[in-house]
Amino acid sequence: MFNIYCPYCEEHREEEEFHPSGQAHLARPADADACTDKEWGDFLYFRKNPRGLHQELWQHTAGCRKFFNITRDTVSYQILETYKVGQSPQVKLPEVKLEEPRHG
Amino acid sequence: MVDLIQGRYVQKNRLPSGGRINRDKILTFRFDNRYYKGYEGDTIASALLANGVKVVGRSFKYSRPRGIMSAGVEEPNAILQVGSTEATQVPNVRATEQPLYDGLVCSTVNGWPHVNFDVMSLLGRIGGNMMGPGFYYKTFMFPAFMWETYEKFIRRAAGLGRAPKERDVDSYDHMHHHVDVMIVGAGAAGLSAALAAARTGVRVMIADERSEMGGGLLHSTTSIDKLPATQWVAKVCHELDGLDNVVRLSRSVVNGLHDHNFLTVNERRTHHLGDQAPEGVTRERIHKVRAHTVILATGAHERPLVFGNNDLPGCMQCSAVSEYIRRYAVVPGGSLVVMTTNDAGYQCAFDWHDVGREVVAIVDTRANADSDVIAQAKQREITLIKGSAVIEARGQGRVTKAMVASINADGSFVTGEPRTLICDTIASSGGWSPAVHLSCHTGSRPRWRDDILGFVPGETHEQVLSAGGVAGTQTLSACIQEGIKAGTEAAAKCSNSSVADAMSAPVVEDELHAPAMALYLVPHTKAPTRASKQFVDMQNDVTAAGLQVSTHEGFESIEHVKRYTAMGFGTDQGKTGNVNGMAIVAKTLGQSIAETGTTVFRPNYTPVTFGAVAGSHTGALFDPKRFTPMHRWHVEHGALFENVGQWKRPWYFPRQGESMQDTLNRECVATRTSVGILDASTLGKIDIQGDDAREFLGRVYTNAWAKLPPGRCRYGLMCGEDGMVMDDGVTSCLAENHFLMTTTTGGAAHVLNWLELYHQTEWPELDVYFTSVTDHWATMTIAGPNSRALLAKVCSDIDLDKDAFKFMDWRSGSVAGVPARVFRISFTGELSYEINVPAHYGLHVWEALFEQGKEFDLTAYGTESMHVLRAEKGFVIVGQDTDGSITPIDMDHAWAVANNKPFSYIGKRGMQREDCLRPNRKQLVGLETVDPAVVLPEGAQAVRNPEQSIPMTMVGHVTSSYYSANAGRSIAMGVIRDGINRHGESVFFPLADGRTIEARIRNTVWVDPDGERQKS
Repeated sequence: MFNIYCPYCEEHREEEEFHPSGQAHLARPADADACTDKEWGDFLYFRKNPRGLHQELWQHTAGCRKFFNITRDTVSYQILETYKVGQSPQVKLPEVKLEEPRHG
Repeated sequence: MVDLIQGRYVQKNRLPSGGRINRDKILTFRFDNRYYKGYEGDTIASALLANGVKVVGRSFKYSRPRGIMSAGVEEPNAILQVGSTEATQVPNVRATEQPLYDGLVCSTVNGWPHVNFDVMSLLGRIGGNMMGPGFYYKTFMFPAFMWETYEKFIRRAAGLGRAPKERDVDSYDHMHHHVDVMIVGAGAAGLSAALAAARTGVRVMIADERSEMGGGLLHSTTSIDKLPATQWVAKVCHELDGLDNVVRLSRSVVNGLHDHNFLTVNERRTHHLGDQAPEGVTRERIHKVRAHTVILATGAHERPLVFGNNDLPGCMQCSAVSEYIRRYAVVPGGSLVVMTTNDAGYQCAFDWHDVGREVVAIVDTRANADSDVIAQAKQREITLIKGSAVIEARGQGRVTKAMVASINADGSFVTGEPRTLICDTIASSGGWSPAVHLSCHTGSRPRWRDDILGFVPGETHEQVLSAGGVAGTQTLSACIQEGIKAGTEAAAKCSNSSVADAMSAPVVEDELHAPAMALYLVPHTKAPTRASKQFVDMQNDVTAAGLQVSTHEGFESIEHVKRYTAMGFGTDQGKTGNVNGMAIVAKTLGQSIAETGTTVFRPNYTPVTFGAVAGSHTGALFDPKRFTPMHRWHVEHGALFENVGQWKRPWYFPRQGESMQDTLNRECVATRTSVGILDASTLGKIDIQGDDAREFLGRVYTNAWAKLPPGRCRYGLMCGEDGMVMDDGVTSCLAENHFLMTTTTGGAAHVLNWLELYHQTEWPELDVYFTSVTDHWATMTIAGPNSRALLAKVCSDIDLDKDAFKFMDWRSGSVAGVPARVFRISFTGELSYEINVPAHYGLHVWEALFEQGKEFDLTAYGTESMHVLRAEKGFVIVGQDTDGSITPIDMDHAWAVANNKPFSYIGKRGMQREDCLRPNRKQLVGLETVDPAVVLPEGAQAVRNPEQSIPMTMVGHVTSSYYSANAGRSIAMGVIRDGINRHGESVFFPLADGRTIEARIRNTVWVDPDGERQKS
């Protein structure tokens, strides 16, 4: 059970108040209609699943209802920081070379 | 053996004095249909031993008799079923931890028909040598379909205790705490840590599983600060109880240490009082504790040694023998042989000797140990056999002899002829295994230490400290010092105030200790596979030979060995056997214990009752129920209810003597011929305001919103980014910057979050605000040709003329004297008004409508008739006729998709994907059965050719299907491949009952195809 600091409420609260919403910083393509099927497929379905540091979007569902971001270690479950939508993370993620997603 | 007679009854192994028991309070209890007596302060185990009961169970696999081996949480054998009534049955109770109370009823869980005469033991005895690891998997594998039959008998024969069949009579609860320092375990280290931390003023909680705090100090002979250890414990507890920054929990086992220092503590509040909790008291409580720093002071468990027949009743841990004698005044036998690899094992021989019973010999596996305890043994004139081991116990159903032989220096083989010692108890000590369980719960791997011959907690990123036995510390003075250090350090971490001088350590005189010998498997004259069974894990009947065989069969990872042999899988989680087992595997593989590593322990540390886990979240408190403002009326009028999410919605309103179909026919016909009324309050309602509200709607709905003027309503379809239909509903323009969105009943919360997600993360620049107003409005739909006439009787300030108040208009006014919003929208295809009034007026308006509706025979209908009425019109229900793989085009709703909107709305790009555009997708159509009386089952699969061989090619399925009284026949909708282009063709539905139903594909509208009525 995580102990999560909500950057809007400015308090630590129990995980039960929150809901995870997947990978953070997934920008919707500005010109969706111009995307190829592959580009749109990558936006729709392909997500990182790192072993280690990860940036996640969470919502304080049973609190202020605000979405915010968490930098979390997926191995140790440590939360290194939480920050508001629109802000940049302070913790730098290690460079990971991803394999090209396979299609078809 | 001399029976000690006390008053009117005999407890033959009870000493005439001593122990922490109350001899004035005699308790009667029943074990396997026989009555026994014990004292207040006893556990079931101490009372059984006092009464000379040897056999307390049969083993899981070989069905061998088993006796009490330990005195604490690590007990693998004495696992009982407790409870005097069916409702109060509790399985998996450790007899060593269950306090005795008057009238306690308990029984063995293994052994059929009786623990002393066990049918299965014949199989174990005859087949024992053939029942290696994986025996059941290998033997009962073929034929595969028979496994379910085999399993029943195997499970019954094994017997794992049973859950009560009746409702639990007790209640349970949960409590939350936030503390600075949480201390797990209240032995010497834990109590010292608690005191050191508490004196600084930080918030401290200390929890211990036993009924009394003190741990091993409660049967210790040492003195602390010149006080007997028990008095020191009492003094510390007294001081802690006087501090209001301390919570002290006894009978509370810390079962889990979860992420971010969250602990779950199971407090057994009334298990010592009786079968049932006293009135007004919860039986168990889960404390959910969030701690800044955790101090693990969980101590260590003594490892019994592994030798031939070491499971015979009468084989015990050395420390357990001491605990029974000193804490409970019970000597578990008449003549004792002790085998030890270390100095600590000697104490039980001294305790046994000092109460006047016979110590046959102390067998020390070390050849040349030199320490204080050896001198003490000599002083007591106890026979000491050095450099030797008990290689095998002998006896029928209990120990009667010990076979002793000399062994070589590293304990790998026997060097001399075995000789026989007559005894009825063999106590053994192979050293101490730190109780590292909790340290593993968040993923940390324990670390092996050669110097203490045990695993200690590994590195962790959490604020967790260890002190005392769990950290590998073996002397009392060091345990206390570590406790003080940990307590002081933990307090300093979480308080900004400077901590005063650390508490000074009390004076403890430690004895001179000689190093222990590493011995995990006592050698035998024969190889393990040929010798008498040498048990490693008593609860799962895992032997040294079994472990060796499994490594020979190719299992090299300790995690695989564990799963193949089931070592450590019992309810005791291998607390006594694991380290011995890992060491045996390591040796067989020719590697070190550190290289072999350990399996990882997971929560919970001990079994937890479901009642405790559920707490008070049962019955009405399990899940909230939501009721509409008109609920009372529905109940009074005989409604049956349907659960829609948490809502209780009226399903249908049967009258006396009606079948369900009769009711539906009546409700549906009344609506289409006169007027019906539906409670639609549960529909999700989201109030949307802001300068950009209209722009926002255009982005989340597939259709256009730019030109919807105030006073008008529009049906909207919502998709996900993948282009699949997600929700639908009518949204009304209340004012230029103000809209009211309705959603499906079940989708309301999801849609609100969806809107917030896009607003907060994608388009924060849009000025728009969302508020759920579902509960603020009572909604009632009146539908049918007489609905206008009915509304006119209760509403005088809205012009109801069909040209003034058109279909898809809304007006504000008053209904039955109450301010109302009236929407002229229709989910039945009839002339229809949806009346919204503030929730608290809902029942008043509803009743007023019925009062005025008598002349029209106003008929209430429920969700089932609503489903039929909308299906007659081909209106879909998202989630029933769609399943997340249906686009608006598949749903034949191309009219609700506006592709000329400037912004690429959610779902637009998704719908253009190659797969969404391909032909032959499943599409929504009407299905008309050839036989109008036959109603298709929902979910039935469609095929084009029923003559084809199985497996048939399925082309779709039925999504909605009803009998329609208005259509005078069955009606159905379904999704069929390429269905929109195949109107008029037949599809077939082969059913499980052998029938095949033929239906023709058609459009989805059965009633009023031109839609005249809703506009009338």
